[in-house]
Amino acid sequence: MEVTGFDTWVLSLAVFLPLVGALVIMLIPKVYETELKLVALGSSLVALVVGIYIAIQFDYGAAGDLQFVVDKGWIDVINSRYIVGLDGLSLPLLLLSLVVVPLCLIYSWNHIPDPGNPKAFFVLLLILSTGMNGSFVAQDMILFFVFFEIVLLPMYFLIGVWGGEDRRYASLKFFLYTLFGSALMIISFLALFFLSKDASGELLQTFDMRVLTDAAGVGIIKSTQVWIFAGLFMGFGIKVPMFPFHTWLPDAHTQAPTVGSVILAAVLLKLGTYGFVRIAIPFLPEGAIAWAPWIGLLAVIGIIYGALGCLAQKDMKRLIAFSSVAHMGFVMLGIATLTDFGINAAVFGMIAHGLITGMLFFVAGSVKERYHTLEISRLGGLLKSAPRMGWILGFASMASLGLPGLAGFWGEFPAILSAYNPGAGLSEELFRVYMVIAAIGTVLAAGYLLWLYQRTAFGEPTEEFAGHEIADVNRDEWIAWTPFLIGIVLFGVWPNLIFNVTDDVVSGITASVEAIAAGN
Amino acid sequence: MEALLAFSRPALDWHALAPELTLLAFGTLITVVDIIWDDRSKRAMPTLAGIGLLASLLPILTLAVDGSERTMFGGAYVVDDFSLVLKALFLISGYVVILMSVDYIRDGDYYENEYYTLMLTSLLGMVMMSSSRDLISVFVALELLSIPAYMLAAWRKGGARSNEAGLKYYLMGVFASAVMLYGMSLVYGLAGSTAFEAIAQELGSGESNPVAILGILFILIGFAFKVSAVPFHTWAPDTYEGAPTPVTAFLAVASKTAGMVALIQLVFVAFPGRDDVVQPFFWLIAALTMTIGNLIALRQNNIVRLLAYSGVAQGGFMLVPFAVAADAPARAIEAVVIYMAIYAFMNLGAFTVVLAVARKTRSGEIDSYGGLFQYAPGLAVAMTIFLAALAGIPPAGGWFAKFGLFRALLDAGGGWAAGLGVVVAVNTVIAFAYYARILVQMWFQSVPDGDERPIAIPGSLKAALAVTIIATMAFGVLPGLVGHFGEVSVLSALGG
Repeated sequence: MEVTGFDTWVLSLAVFLPLVGALVIMLIPKVYETELKLVALGSSLVALVVGIYIAIQFDYGAAGDLQFVVDKGWIDVINSRYIVGLDGLSLPLLLLSLVVVPLCLIYSWNHIPDPGNPKAFFVLLLILSTGMNGSFVAQDMILFFVFFEIVLLPMYFLIGVWGGEDRRYASLKFFLYTLFGSALMIISFLALFFLSKDASGELLQTFDMRVLTDAAGVGIIKSTQVWIFAGLFMGFGIKVPMFPFHTWLPDAHTQAPTVGSVILAAVLLKLGTYGFVRIAIPFLPEGAIAWAPWIGLLAVIGIIYGALGCLAQKDMKRLIAFSSVAHMGFVMLGIATLTDFGINAAVFGMIAHGLITGMLFFVAGSVKERYHTLEISRLGGLLKSAPRMGWILGFASMASLGLPGLAGFWGEFPAILSAYNPGAGLSEELFRVYMVIAAIGTVLAAGYLLWLYQRTAFGEPTEEFAGHEIADVNRDEWIAWTPFLIGIVLFGVWPNLIFNVTDDVVSGITASVEAIAAGN
Repeated sequence: MEALLAFSRPALDWHALAPELTLLAFGTLITVVDIIWDDRSKRAMPTLAGIGLLASLLPILTLAVDGSERTMFGGAYVVDDFSLVLKALFLISGYVVILMSVDYIRDGDYYENEYYTLMLTSLLGMVMMSSSRDLISVFVALELLSIPAYMLAAWRKGGARSNEAGLKYYLMGVFASAVMLYGMSLVYGLAGSTAFEAIAQELGSGESNPVAILGILFILIGFAFKVSAVPFHTWAPDTYEGAPTPVTAFLAVASKTAGMVALIQLVFVAFPGRDDVVQPFFWLIAALTMTIGNLIALRQNNIVRLLAYSGVAQGGFMLVPFAVAADAPARAIEAVVIYMAIYAFMNLGAFTVVLAVARKTRSGEIDSYGGLFQYAPGLAVAMTIFLAALAGIPPAGGWFAKFGLFRALLDAGGGWAAGLGVVVAVNTVIAFAYYARILVQMWFQSVPDGDERPIAIPGSLKAALAVTIIATMAFGVLPGLVGHFGEVSVLSALGG
């Protein structure tokens, strides 16, 4: 598809508008608080409008192809180019990222967490936004790497400055884990650069992700692929996070300010899973086949471990954080099956988890603001004291445990089902065992979520808060939350809205993996 | 007598020597002006020195445009693209250091005129170093850049620590020179010539000769002192802490770069065939330098000492490509040159912030950075950019430097190179842990004494900050800028 005129700019606009907003805000003195908030919201909303334009202009008949492609010179000396493009895999994730940021800005409009300073807070959110949007559209490994890393520092500061008691420890842990992963990831990227060959055996020496997807690891022997995949696995797996690299997540989530947790859950974790689907598997099919059983194993351990962790938590936010570990386990299990069905479910699971867990963190943040605690034993009777918020918590919990008709179901159920019949010659017995374990995980999920809901929402408010007036959902919260709630229902009722968009890309990836597996 | 009279001056290429001569002229001019006008001339000195450096850049530009390779003194002095890139880097770093020095030297009641003369002299040595392709010219350049630096390190003559700094630096420097000279004598004895190309021919061919190995090792160790590689780094932290801060920045950036430049020329021009000695030596030294520099930096409480150890570790990163010098020579040179260029700006920037903050807090403790973001957000953001660059986090410049290392290692391939790559990756993470300590103070902590008056930053420091920030960010977002110079250097260094 020839891209012309305005369309050559749209992706770059969606990526860089928030950054422009951030730069403008930096020039506005601190005292003009309303103005800078307006600039922040304005720039992220314009980016969202551009995103909606992209979604309208997107050719859904050719969702498997990259669209709006821009290919310009960038770092000639290392043969890295500014290539952005969008296909059916990137589109939903880009939209998710574009939607979440303005909603977070609205949510924090009147309650910037301590120690205040809305200017810095909004600047960081906008820089974060540029990094996330860019990661989903970059089609050059170096460009992807740069965007992938841009999100680190803003999130570090969001946790470290505006976080809870243990914020210093949590922010540093978050940073060091991710940095280690990305250092190994860049080594793998370079190995791909130097080793990838095209069909005729010519060295490609390119970072162009389109070319490397077509090459599909031809010419890299299996043992090398396994090693390169290991580096990518560290880079993306820490971000997901997969057991046993998940330990940064509960700390980061618990300590982060509300919108920090929301963005972390809704978008940042998806960078990891997106990396697996976009880069690791299509570039290194043989490596992926060799690693798939282990990824599946770690995924189901994550599911069970996360669920058991949830049952042991006394803090509501920490519980939701552990539930993220479990949910991302389902996503990774779907990916590990290397089937069309499983990977589609995984992509759906990313979106669903982003909406649902984002919603849960929003509620947790609002509860914390009203009760000044998230200790489950001190909460209770939310349905009595703030009924609307109580119902929303209930709704999100139901969605999270995978109730059919809501978005969570379509992420989990097909992922489990796909493990029944894994692709690419993977061991059926093994994956069926995984399937059973994952199914047990859903039962546990129902357990911890319902138990959480019982303890916090049912009954009478605890003595401590009995006399207190607890404000119900306010205007800002309604504006910020409604799109999440709508999304959870909409995608739950009409899952094909996403499946139809992602399927072309995913079947392309699995077809090439199958072809490699059949050749062996 | 007959022979003496028959002496005729070797042909001089005045154009090629113009940068050096301009520096020399301005250095002399400063001294002359000082003698004639004495105290009244003090205020003009930094300006004069700055103009001198910028004036020396002009002939470098014309030489670069001209583009031809100029060789003098039987190959002992070569002006090619490689040398021009590095000369420009030295002069620009020197200019930033002068910007950093103006107020520090004036307010501190130090000798001013001599300071700038010595600074120019030391820079002259560095500029010469990048053209030296002969043992003798390398040695002359090294001493010319070192001896003024010994004096500059002791410039706070009232302070015991500064005296200690100068003395320690001097003693270790002389010791290193002695070791190196011994190595040079061995190499000369075997090769029968001091010219690098002749040495390459004699030592590169033929079976392993223990004397040759010893000679090469001694020369390399001499420069390992200069670039403060572990285990030859012990002078660096004390010298850095005691010396006046602008001088510390000068030593950490310009002087280290000069040592690296000498190593590049030795390894790639004089000992290209000796990868049996060179590669294992640098593998070990680089791994040690990165790891030990980083581990000790974790424990520092003084910011200058922290930057000193971080500088040691960064030096280790720069030494990494030498470990694949023979397997991937072009990539290795490129990686070192790019690293040096980016390192110069990010490290000078960090020192500039340290200088600016010290104007208010009068302290070098990391704790004194508490709450910097509240009362000096500009400086805090600037420091964040520099620390992010040093840690290698995009989009600040340092990531491309680290990227270059990985690229050289993977181009070489093989288990040893990949292993060193993992060491680099681990060290990147360790390094962030201590850079984060400064970030934590600036952003997360409150002001220790509650004094939230803003910091008055003098114009020259602002200019230094502007140059370093722009360069650091530009290298990060458009790495092609610096990559181009890296590429240019390779061609001439390998072709020469």
